[in-house]
Amino acid sequence: MKGRLAVLLPVWAWLLVFVAAPAAILLAIALAEADSGVPPFRLAWSLTGFATLAEDRYYLDAVLTALRIAAMTATGCLLIAYPMAMGIARAAPGRRMLLLALLMLPFWTGFLLRVGAWIGLLRDQGWINGMLMALGITEAPLPLLYSEGAMLVGMVHSYLPFAVLPLFAALLRLDPTLGEAAADLGAGPATAFVTVTLPVTAPAAAAGFLLVFIPAAGEFVIPELMGPPEAQLVGRVLWQEFFQNHDWPVAAALALALLLLLLVPIRLFQRLEARP
Amino acid sequence: MAGPNPASGPLLRAEAITKRFGATLALDALDLTIIEGEFFALLGGSGSGKSTLLRIIAGFDTPDDGRLLLDGADIVATPPWARPINMMFQSYALFPHMSVADNVAYGLRRAGTPRAEAAPRIAAALAMVGLTGFERRRPHELSGGQKQRVALARSLVMRPRLLLLDEPLGALDAGLRERTGFELRALQRETGAAFVMVTHDQEEALALADRVAVLEGGRIAQLGPPRAIYERPASRFVARFLGAANVLEGRAVAAGFDSTEAGATFAGVIPADTVAVALRPERIRLAANATGPNTARGVVEDAAFRGDDTLLLVRLAGGALLRVAHAEEDGAPPERGGGVTLAWDAADVVPLAS
Amino acid sequence: MTRGRFVTLAMAAGFAFLWLPILLLVGYAFSADRIPFQWGGFSLRWFAALAADDRVIEAASLSLRIATGAASLAVLLGGAAGWGLARYGRFRGRALFGALIGAPLVLPEVVTGLSLLLLFVALESVTGWPAGRGALTVLLAHATLGAAFVAVVVQARLTETDRSLEEAAMDLGATPFIAFRTITLPLIAPALAAGWLLAFTLSLDDVVIASFVSGPAGTTLPMALFAMLRLGLTPEVNALGAVVVIGVGSVLILAALLLRRSDSR
Repeated sequence: MKGRLAVLLPVWAWLLVFVAAPAAILLAIALAEADSGVPPFRLAWSLTGFATLAEDRYYLDAVLTALRIAAMTATGCLLIAYPMAMGIARAAPGRRMLLLALLMLPFWTGFLLRVGAWIGLLRDQGWINGMLMALGITEAPLPLLYSEGAMLVGMVHSYLPFAVLPLFAALLRLDPTLGEAAADLGAGPATAFVTVTLPVTAPAAAAGFLLVFIPAAGEFVIPELMGPPEAQLVGRVLWQEFFQNHDWPVAAALALALLLLLLVPIRLFQRLEARP
Repeated sequence: MAGPNPASGPLLRAEAITKRFGATLALDALDLTIIEGEFFALLGGSGSGKSTLLRIIAGFDTPDDGRLLLDGADIVATPPWARPINMMFQSYALFPHMSVADNVAYGLRRAGTPRAEAAPRIAAALAMVGLTGFERRRPHELSGGQKQRVALARSLVMRPRLLLLDEPLGALDAGLRERTGFELRALQRETGAAFVMVTHDQEEALALADRVAVLEGGRIAQLGPPRAIYERPASRFVARFLGAANVLEGRAVAAGFDSTEAGATFAGVIPADTVAVALRPERIRLAANATGPNTARGVVEDAAFRGDDTLLLVRLAGGALLRVAHAEEDGAPPERGGGVTLAWDAADVVPLAS
Repeated sequence: MTRGRFVTLAMAAGFAFLWLPILLLVGYAFSADRIPFQWGGFSLRWFAALAADDRVIEAASLSLRIATGAASLAVLLGGAAGWGLARYGRFRGRALFGALIGAPLVLPEVVTGLSLLLLFVALESVTGWPAGRGALTVLLAHATLGAAFVAVVVQARLTETDRSLEEAAMDLGATPFIAFRTITLPLIAPALAAGWLLAFTLSLDDVVIASFVSGPAGTTLPMALFAMLRLGLTPEVNALGAVVVIGVGSVLILAALLLRRSDSR
C-alpha cells in the first residue's frame, strides 16, 4: 500500500496541477469579463463570453466550418486509407513491415515540413504551376494555394496514417475464412467485400474517421498556412481572439464550446476502442 | 439442378491432383472418388495434405496439376462461388455482424432465391439442426455447439450434393462430440448429400464415415470401410495412426514371421514381403505356461487402470515394449514387476508390407 | 484477380500521395535556384545558408533539449500512471485518474495550449513561479502531453504481460522490488523506449501548444519554421527538410539493421 502511494501520489499531483487546474482556470476565465488590464480580464460570474459566442454568427460559422472541414478531411482520409490498409494487410510479413515503415516515416519527418512541401508544390511559383506552364497546359499560374482544396489536401496528407492504422489492424485481424465462407456460399469478390469485409471492419473505419475528425476539428496551422483567408475555422478564430484581440474570456469560452462539441465523438471513439 | 441420381454413382473424381507449396509437396498425384450420398472421411495428421485436398475441392486452392471432375465436368477453373459444393469451416466462419437467420440466408440471397421461397427453407434448415427460435441471435451470443449448428444449417440450406466439413467436431467439448457425431450422421442420411469430412481424430473418422482414406505425405496410404482399415491396416503407418496397435519389426520366415525385438515367432498367413506385424492390445491374453509360436514372455513394467480394462506395458524378452489390454472379467491384473506369458491367435496377426 | 490489382494500384497511389511532396522537398534542397522547387543546377548553398542561420540553429538546439527533457519526464510520469492503471485494480479515483491522464490525447491542441497558458499565468500571479514563460513552460506542457501517450503504451504492454511472471519471481524468493527490476522492467522496456521516442517526436513536432505557452526567449524549431512559412517559402526550408528526412531515415535504417543483427544472434 505504501508502494502504491509512492507511485500514484506524484502522478496525481502532476495531473491535478497540469490537467485539472488548467481546465478549472479555463472555465473561470470563460466566465470572467474582458478588461483592458494585464492580464486582460476581471474574475466574475459573467456569461458575457458565452453570450458573445451565441450572438455573433461569426463564431457559430467558425464552429460549423471546422466541423465540415474535419468531416471532409476524415472522409478523404478513409477513402485513401482503405485500399492502403488492405494492401498492407495482404502483403507478406516482411514486405508488410516495410510498407508500415513507409507509412509511418512521414510522421517522423515533421508536420510543418510536410506543410512546407505542399506550399512549395501548390503556390503560384510552385512546382505544379511550373510544370503546367512548362508543358504549355496553362499560361498563367493557377491559384492553387490558399484555397479550401489546398487546405483539405494538406490536412488529409497530415492525418492519413491515423486512418490507415486502425483499418490495417482490423483487416489483419479479420478472419480470412469469412471471405472464403462468403465465396463458398456464392458471393463473388465484390459482393463478398461489400457484404462481409466492409461491415465487419466498419467499427475500425469509424474509429479511423474519429481519430482524424477529433484533432482536425481544432486544427489551426494548416488553415492558417494553406487555407483561404475567409476559412475562419474555430481553431484559427480562437487563436486570433487570444493573440490579436486579447479577448481571453471569448477565447476560453470558444475552447470550452469546442470541447463540448467534441465530447460526443470522443465518447464514441472511446466506446469503439473499448470493444473486445 | 440435380440430374438423375443413381444411388451409388461417382459424384466427384480427383485425378492425379498435385499441389506444391514452395519446396513441399502437399498432394502427390492423388486419385480419389467420392460416391453420391456417402459419408467420407479424410484422415491424417498435420501435413498429410488432407486440408489442402478439401480446399482444392471447395475451390480456395488451385492444384498445380490434375483434374477435378464433378459429374464428369472439370471444375478446377470454376471459382468457389460458382461451385455447387458447400463447406463447413473449422472455425465455423460465421459472419459476426449478421444474425443467425441472416447467416443462413446469405447463400440464398446470393443465388437470388425469392424471399417467399427462402423463408421456409431457412426455417427448415434451422429446424433440422434444432435451432428454431435462435433466428435473431448474433454469433457471439451462441455456445460452441450452437455455432457449429448454424454453420451446418448455413451450408445445408444450399442443398449441396457435396458438403465439405473441416474438422467438424474439432472445436467442441468432449461431451458434445459424441452426440454431435450422431446428429451429423442423421443429417447426412436425411439430406442424402455426400459428406466429405477432414479429421485428424481416428475415432471420429471410424465412428462417422462409410469410407475412410488415411492420408500420409500427400498420398492415400489406405482407403476402405472403417472396420476393414481398423482390422487390416496395410502399413506400419496406418497401424500406428489408427490407434494403439503394437507394431513389431522382423522378417518373414518359413514358419511365419520372426521378430527379434519381440523374441517371438508369429504364425499365420504371412506373405513373403512382410516387414512387420500389427497386433492389437485387446487381442493379447495372459496364458500361463503357453509355449511355441504366437506366444511371448515378458515383465510387467507398468499398469494403468482404464475402467473396462487395465493397460499393461510388458517388456518382452527381445526388448520391445508391448501394450496389452487386460479385461476386468479375466480377473485381477498381474503385479508390476511380475513375469507373464502372453499368447494370441494366428488370425489376429496382421502382416504389414510397408 | 482484378481486385488484387486494383488494391495494389490504389495502395501505390496512396503511398505516392504520401511521399511525393516529401521527396520533392528533399530533392530541390540541392537546387541552386533562389525560388524553392525550381531547378537551378546542383548546389549545396542552401545547406550552408541553413548552417549559418543562427536563428534556426538556436531554435533547433532548444527544441532538442526541450524534447529530451520532456520525453524523459513523460516516461517517468506516464510509466507510473500506466503501471497504476494496469496493476492497481480499482483504486480510489481511478476513473478520474484515467480521464486526466488521457485528456491530452483527445483535447484539441488549441484547447490544451490555451488552458496551460492560462494556468502558467495564474500560477505566476499567485506564487511567482514560473517567472515568465519560455523553455521551462514548454517542457512542462510537452511532458504532460507525452505522459498521456506513454501511459497508454505502458498500460497496454503491462496488460498483455502475464501477471504470474511477477508472482513466479516472488515465489522464487524475489522481493516485489527485485521482481520488478529483474522481470517486469525488462519486459516493459521496449514500451518505455517506444513511449520516450513518441513523446520526443511529439515535442519536436509541436507548434500550437508551444506557441501558446512559450515566451519571447523560447522559440522552438517548429515555431521558427512556422514563422518562416508564414513569411513565404525559402529554399532553406528545403534544406532543413532534407536534413531531417535523411537524418531520421538513416537513424531508422540503422536501428532496423541493429535489431536484425541482435535478432539473428
